[in-house]
Amino acid sequence: MPILEGMRVTKHFGGLAAVSNVDFHVEQGEVFGLIGPNGAGKTTLFNLISAVLSPKSGTIKFKGVDITGFKPYKICRMGVARTFQTVKVFPNMPVFQNVILGSYFGTLPRMSSRDASEKALEILEFVGLSRVKDTPAGDLTLANQKRLEVARAMATHPDLLLLDEIMAGLNPTEVAEAMEMVIRIHNRGITLIMIEHVMKAVMRLCDRIMVLHHGQKIAEGTPREIADSEKVIKVYLGEKSRA
Amino acid sequence: MHIPTSNYKKRVALGVLFILLIVMVTSPLYAPRYTVILLTSIFMFIVLTVSWTVFSGPTGYVSLAPAAFFGVGVYASALLGFVFPLPVVILLGGISSSCLAVIVGALTLRLRGIYFVMFTFGLVELLLHFILWWEVNITGTTGRVVPTVGNTTVYYLMLGVLVIVILTAYLLNRSRYGLALQSIGECEEAAAHTGVHVTAMKISTFALSAFFMGAAGAIMATRWTYIDPRIAFNPVLSFLPVLMAIFGGTGQLYGPVIGAALFTYLEEFLITRFPYYYMLIFGFIMVFAILYLPEGLVGMIQKLWKRIGGAKHADS
Repeated sequence: MPILEGMRVTKHFGGLAAVSNVDFHVEQGEVFGLIGPNGAGKTTLFNLISAVLSPKSGTIKFKGVDITGFKPYKICRMGVARTFQTVKVFPNMPVFQNVILGSYFGTLPRMSSRDASEKALEILEFVGLSRVKDTPAGDLTLANQKRLEVARAMATHPDLLLLDEIMAGLNPTEVAEAMEMVIRIHNRGITLIMIEHVMKAVMRLCDRIMVLHHGQKIAEGTPREIADSEKVIKVYLGEKSRA
Repeated sequence: MHIPTSNYKKRVALGVLFILLIVMVTSPLYAPRYTVILLTSIFMFIVLTVSWTVFSGPTGYVSLAPAAFFGVGVYASALLGFVFPLPVVILLGGISSSCLAVIVGALTLRLRGIYFVMFTFGLVELLLHFILWWEVNITGTTGRVVPTVGNTTVYYLMLGVLVIVILTAYLLNRSRYGLALQSIGECEEAAAHTGVHVTAMKISTFALSAFFMGAAGAIMATRWTYIDPRIAFNPVLSFLPVLMAIFGGTGQLYGPVIGAALFTYLEEFLITRFPYYYMLIFGFIMVFAILYLPEGLVGMIQKLWKRIGGAKHADS
């Protein structure tokens, strides 16, 4: 059984079909890439999965349970965590506080403050933010704020993590670090769905990729298959003569 | 935690609190009547301000509803005062305000910023005029009599509520729910995706804060003996807690406490000394406070403290 499954998921904004009739499935333990040009509906799909938006039609199942129409906090407690395209840290709260919130309110049964604190420290160590744990989150660099978002999401102890462009706006060194972090998260047994424009990262990290264009799924397959697909190259990667 | 001085500081703070509490508990025995009455007012404003800060401080939802919740408490006292013993009346006053807060919260807590402010203030006017209409058209008289209990009893009851509200605020601030409230204030969307049940948190805290306001109203009504809608739902009681909290600073728990205490005393002092100019002087002080103390008295004290601390480091 796939960990996440979408059937004919559709969402309209006014007359615009942001996501239309998209079927998808993500297997347990997979790294699933979501790519497509700007405005293709990738973030909308994330918002549908994490219940910021509810679909006009279609269903989304997580671990076999129909989660369409659930509230975001409930989705999170079931084991789906996410990061945001535009970072949404709690700017005036120290980094540590940002993360411990996740351990308090995440999927695990009510934790003592000692356990929650241990968990938060462990995750800060994991993403490499231990040194700045007392800094207000708003004072961090963009790269560190993105890491903090990952840490906060990880603290909820998810089974599925949605990463929305965690590499956008980072320099090459930071991208390399972020890629390495994604691998380590994956090694912990967490299933990942990532929206990413950094092609090198997508091709290297993902087991399977789905391509959206104007809200529709135009291709799905391994990185190799996607890179070779005429259709994808046409709408997304540019002219084939260069490839 | 790891520095010995913080433990020492904690002990000093606890000692000071204990002495303060003893002074407050014993003061009706030796203090003049006027002082007891003034202290009761101060306690009332501390209760209103602290309970306002419990919700509005961390979440950033500026509520102008205190007068509504307070008024509901006042009316609970007027309606039930002859039926039940006073402690029960106070409890019922608080519970009625909480129920109102749950309904209002469920309807309006999705509104952010100015809309929420306007709605909560509208609630005060709505209740005021509704009850006024009801009393005139249905009951036939506008005012009601409330059973009195004597100044000392009112004093002790208000002190009791004050202690409970401060303890509650202290425990809430330190708990995971305090953290959740703060995260809601900083970014509601991210809080929800971190597993915080944002709506439930907001409504329950709003109701908690309304409980204490209602309780305060139920107690104060017994001091006034006669009440009518304009006394019970006085809009000033919506503005003052907000001003007092800003004056004191909402960053720390003792901010609103100090703000409310000083502010009430200052008002009383100005009224008695300068009955004709008091509003004018008060206005100047308010403008000064908002312009020069953006983080309230507490913020200023912390800044001074740091400067003194910094100077010490420079010397050594």
